[in-house]
Amino acid sequence: MPGSSQPLLDVSGLTVRLDVGGTKQAVLNDVSLVVRPGEALGLVGESGSGKSMTARAIDRLLPRGAVVEGSIRFDDNEVSALTGPPLRRFRSQVAMIFQDPRAHVNPVRRIGDFMTEALRTNLGVASDDAHERAAQMLAQVGIDHGEKRLRQYPHELSGGMLQRVMIASALLTKPRLLLADEPTTALDVTTQAEVMAILDELRRDFGLAMLFITHDLELAAAICDRTAVMYAGRIVEYRDSALLHSDPLHPYTAALAAARPDIDRTAHRLLAIPGRPLSAFEAPAGECAFAARCPHARDECRTGVPGLIELDGGATRCVRAVELRGQLGVSRHG
Amino acid sequence: MAEAQTAILAVSGLRKVFGDLVAVDDVSFELGAGRSLAIVGESGSGKTTIARMIVGLERPTSGSIAACGEDRSRPARSARDRRRRGREVQIVFQDPYTSLDPRQTAEDTIDEVLRLHQGWSATRRRERIAELVELVGLDSRQATALPRALSGGQRQRVAIARALAAEPRILILDESVAALDVSIQAQVLNLLADIRDETAVSYILVSHDLAVVRQLTDDTIVLRRGVVVEHGPTATVLDQPQHAYTQLLRSSVPRPGWQPRRRGITDPEDTTP
Repeated sequence: MPGSSQPLLDVSGLTVRLDVGGTKQAVLNDVSLVVRPGEALGLVGESGSGKSMTARAIDRLLPRGAVVEGSIRFDDNEVSALTGPPLRRFRSQVAMIFQDPRAHVNPVRRIGDFMTEALRTNLGVASDDAHERAAQMLAQVGIDHGEKRLRQYPHELSGGMLQRVMIASALLTKPRLLLADEPTTALDVTTQAEVMAILDELRRDFGLAMLFITHDLELAAAICDRTAVMYAGRIVEYRDSALLHSDPLHPYTAALAAARPDIDRTAHRLLAIPGRPLSAFEAPAGECAFAARCPHARDECRTGVPGLIELDGGATRCVRAVELRGQLGVSRHG
Repeated sequence: MAEAQTAILAVSGLRKVFGDLVAVDDVSFELGAGRSLAIVGESGSGKTTIARMIVGLERPTSGSIAACGEDRSRPARSARDRRRRGREVQIVFQDPYTSLDPRQTAEDTIDEVLRLHQGWSATRRRERIAELVELVGLDSRQATALPRALSGGQRQRVAIARALAAEPRILILDESVAALDVSIQAQVLNLLADIRDETAVSYILVSHDLAVVRQLTDDTIVLRRGVVVEHGPTATVLDQPQHAYTQLLRSSVPRPGWQPRRRGITDPEDTTP
């Protein structure tokens, strides 16, 4: 475990406000997380939870007019203060891959031009050299005939193949941190397994750290060292991934795990969570945002936004956490 | 098989060719009344093409589709026949953002189906709309809202209510819960189970999600490149998969202690060597 080493990414008290219906509203609230070199941190949540917004804030891809509070430090430098060469260095050390690779390539440019652009423009690598490196990296992610692929256009490749191209291309500048935003959600399960295997291998070979964003608690638990669960713009739980299902600390994590159908048995009824997930700006002020849907909610849950409590090697935003300790990881579907 | 006598849908030797591509190749299965069948497979396996042929959105190259005792592989002879066919088999698509008319409220959407298929008075239609809205769990504000004011889960409920308004014997769910948040997906899956209990409708679930398949269906066929590689009760197919491809699908599902493995490059969708 890379437990004791210096954080590579250190996000602290991150709050982001955006224009929503004419006024500035918080879409992220007091988000803190740490990723150490070579570590994979899962970031799990439903629509509007703020998981993608967190990655965008880290990569400085927030929409115009966003108001940011708190600090984002990469390699002990404040990211918001970077300009010029240090910013370019940051850009080459932090790579991002997205859910839909087709939305992030220019359809009329060849794979080779797309893949080598960052090398040529940011790092001043000569074109021939850049193409050679790109072909080698394609082999790393399991794509043969690299030279030929580089001459092809995006439409000539399947979704799984194109996502591998995106990963190869993200790794070309030898990044130290990969921000992966639902990179396998649009892929078939067998392709997902293949892409996850590639990411896992590259992580070991290159000592790459990863922030892995997904809606799939099982996927995060299977491949990340630790997982953060988000709800309504806040992180509500941190946990070692191995304990996420068996011993969750927050009722939302437990409810999310229990709501998923189980491939091994048919439930009489699924334990659905009533209502729908809320965005940060929809959440009622001054109370736990999950209280309205929570089977464990009491009056005390509506007296203020719960702070993050450290417990059993993890952390949770639940005022009843100590009381509920050890009782939330119930066996699924009775 | 006992259910053969009450099969509401019988597909036999179904084949669909697009140019050089055989999308669906000699597919046969039966669906009993009130039962649920999953069609499982990955992109390009032909599962959606089969669903579209059953609904009548694609014409089979060969083979037969008998729904409610009538051969559907030939076009309907009259508008009335076509309307009856539309009533018997309904479909709910994956994406609730593109499958609703943006200018129609949920109530108007349902009313249009009732006017087309049921020939009822306005009063009777209003009662039925209220029942359907209640059945799928929309509140009165949502029932009179345009799709843009509704969430993905709410829109999918509207699409399900619209399909049920025709009182279909067969409802095809083409990845209908795939795009929903986990907490909403559970609500919609419970709703679909309730509806089956109350109306004896039969489901065909087109899905790549084996956990959803386990939850909702009795029988499963596994498709690979247009060919059925495995067919049996869902529990048996998932617990003791026989075909190597079914085993691969099963082992690709993330679970605690999962070690994803590289298989080397095989990419059936890719057209270049």
